[in-house]
Amino acid sequence: MNDIQIKKSSQTYDAIIVGSGAGGGMAGYVLAHAGLKVLMLEAGPFFDPAKDSLQLKWPYESPRRGAGTNRAFGDFDGAYGGWELEGEPYTTKDKTEFHWFRARMLGGRTNHWGRISLRMGPDDFKGHHIDGLTDDWPITYDDVKPFYDKVDRMIGVYGTVENLPNEPDGIFLPPPKPRLNELYIKKGAAKAGVKVIAGRGSVLTEALPGNKDRGACFFCGQCGRSCKIYGDFSSSSCLVIPAMKTGNLKVISNAMVREVLTDGSGQATGVSYISKDDMQEYQVKAGMVILGASAGESARLLLNSKSAAHPNGLANSSGVVGKYLHDSTGSSAGGFLPQLMDRKRYNEDGVGSVHIYGPWVYDNKKLDFPRGYHIEFGGGMGMPGYGFGWDMQKMNGVVPGKDGKMKEAGGFGASLKDDYRRFYGTGFGMAGRGMAIAREDNYCEIDPNVVDKYGIPVLRFNYKWSDYEIKQAKHMQDTFQHVMHEMGAIYGPPHGPETNYGLEAPGRIIHEVGTVRMGDDPKKSALNKYCQAHDCKNLFVVDAAPFVQQGDKNATWTILALSMRTAEYILSQRKKLNV
Amino acid sequence: MNRRDSLKAIGLGTLSATMLLDACKPGTKKTAEDTNDEKITPDEAGRLPEEIERDKKLIAEKFFTDHEMATITILGDIIIPKDAKSGSASDAKVPEFIEFIVKDMPEHQTPMRGGLRWLDVQCLNRYSKTFADASYQQQIEMVTEIAYPNKVKPGMQQGVSFFNLMRNLTATGFFTTKMGIEDIGYAGNSPGQWTGVPADVLKHYGMEDVV
Repeated sequence: MNDIQIKKSSQTYDAIIVGSGAGGGMAGYVLAHAGLKVLMLEAGPFFDPAKDSLQLKWPYESPRRGAGTNRAFGDFDGAYGGWELEGEPYTTKDKTEFHWFRARMLGGRTNHWGRISLRMGPDDFKGHHIDGLTDDWPITYDDVKPFYDKVDRMIGVYGTVENLPNEPDGIFLPPPKPRLNELYIKKGAAKAGVKVIAGRGSVLTEALPGNKDRGACFFCGQCGRSCKIYGDFSSSSCLVIPAMKTGNLKVISNAMVREVLTDGSGQATGVSYISKDDMQEYQVKAGMVILGASAGESARLLLNSKSAAHPNGLANSSGVVGKYLHDSTGSSAGGFLPQLMDRKRYNEDGVGSVHIYGPWVYDNKKLDFPRGYHIEFGGGMGMPGYGFGWDMQKMNGVVPGKDGKMKEAGGFGASLKDDYRRFYGTGFGMAGRGMAIAREDNYCEIDPNVVDKYGIPVLRFNYKWSDYEIKQAKHMQDTFQHVMHEMGAIYGPPHGPETNYGLEAPGRIIHEVGTVRMGDDPKKSALNKYCQAHDCKNLFVVDAAPFVQQGDKNATWTILALSMRTAEYILSQRKKLNV
Repeated sequence: MNRRDSLKAIGLGTLSATMLLDACKPGTKKTAEDTNDEKITPDEAGRLPEEIERDKKLIAEKFFTDHEMATITILGDIIIPKDAKSGSASDAKVPEFIEFIVKDMPEHQTPMRGGLRWLDVQCLNRYSKTFADASYQQQIEMVTEIAYPNKVKPGMQQGVSFFNLMRNLTATGFFTTKMGIEDIGYAGNSPGQWTGVPADVLKHYGMEDVV
């Protein structure tokens, strides 16, 4: 007897949402609150930060002291997943490189993200006029601004009003004050001509007006573990769980979607999925399908959803699905401040997002790369974890000891033990996050030869940095050296050409976007300007796949704003009985 | 003052205090006081079944021989000895941490095992004894030859590489325990308010104008 069968649900939902991260969560929140019956499918387990967060745990509560052997960002991190998942491979083409980070859990990667919440600016949506590069979005900043505003009010973001041309201000809660190391950074950066302003992060530094379900931040600095009192933004805590409370949204967890089902006319009718709980195959039906599975997974789903009406994959008559994949650039540096040795101890955990950052406010005309990057800064007396005290032999020989005399690098015993105390809290780091130009020849596609353990064909990536990104990383390194010099810090030489100036491999910054781009021309884009498929009117994509061109800004705030905009469009169209 | 009041006293709003207390109810969350350094088995809340399974398997395995563990213990206490402020590496169970971490991170296994043997062979040639059996004087003499990377004698570089790793693992293992965290003076991981750098600290560093 065959014990595998396809179980078909008789219920038809108004909408099925695939994925529960920022995009899927926001769409679910808006639609469920408007009364639609919504089914949300999540490929990982249910996750509620109130119960499941590892916030306030000490390093000794992990046998590896929080190291990243099990979870990429350490034992206490809020993401179930990483760049490699057991039984869920992906491949790369022609020896190119791409690292694909997936979090399988309710809320997805929003449980652990850095909460840095930047709006894209007018020139990020329409930047072609600046340098003739890349494509413009079919929408402008002004189209998205009202949704950014609503997201700010609904979810909360701290920051300061700065009136910068391409770094739009939001509706801000007060930012956390800089830590001592960050004051040195501010001072050094000012001398180096690098603009540094208060950070912008979705952490409730004060109670969020009108919200009784979320607590205000208590400053443990552990947003990356997700917050038990919902003091920061996770899609699980702020969107999906509240949407479930309306009674209109149902979540099925451990449901790995295989494909989007369509009828003879090409309209979406539902999805098929495999349950990781019982390994059975299921089909569920809905009036519309909304993909928020991540830029990679949404493209994969569309390409795997072939039918007579959609022979090239769903929503892919243009052939663009999978193309224009781009991740932020990243390059970093760090050192220590000898001025701060033997510093006074106090709790400076602060928030788990950035207290200060450096927006891009510079003119590219004299530079050898297009567009720009922002810089994220940090440092101070953090909680020790695996790696604490590493390589003291590179530090304790370059500054005088307590007696004013230089000592021999390395060592052991009481004097070494005291060095760890002396150096504690002197460290700092800075990381550039920059705009990579979206290019057609950076893409993901279906690997014709490989399936995952569920039998679903996997993605194959083809991605190369261009000279633009490499030169941008060089500029980051030069800038970091300048800032660190002006800080009076001790630091190593810059990353050089042998490492592309420290440029992280594609995918490592986990800002991948662009694989199901929007546009006015159905021959050159998969979605219209409301993230509705040109080829299939009851199919929408609400993650970062619709991005035409990412700015240097982290993607999440724009995902939230666009998903809200799409959800409101869906509601307005339903009233006109179009979907 | 009860815990709820003390949370309020440090500036947490009623809502945050209530939610935090609910989230940290006995049975769902252990406080730092309940956890002692000797317990290497982590609690299981919020962890995936495969993570729990992997940790149990690693903890059940044995990598270092008794002789190797004895050597690691002596080296650890030479690197971080007891002093007026805190105990030694072995007081903080650093050897047990090193045993676990090399199973968790197999890339450390050969450098550690090979380094320990390198050290023993050096000592056998010099003192006709292994490192563990050598006198304290001899142990210090040996360690001194590999503890200072910039003045290493030719032929001893492998010992420096080993000792750097041993120093790193010992420091990380020590300062991530309750004893080590109290020693280093980390003051966070507890609910509070962040209102910026304290005034006396700003003044000390002449940073009053930068804020």
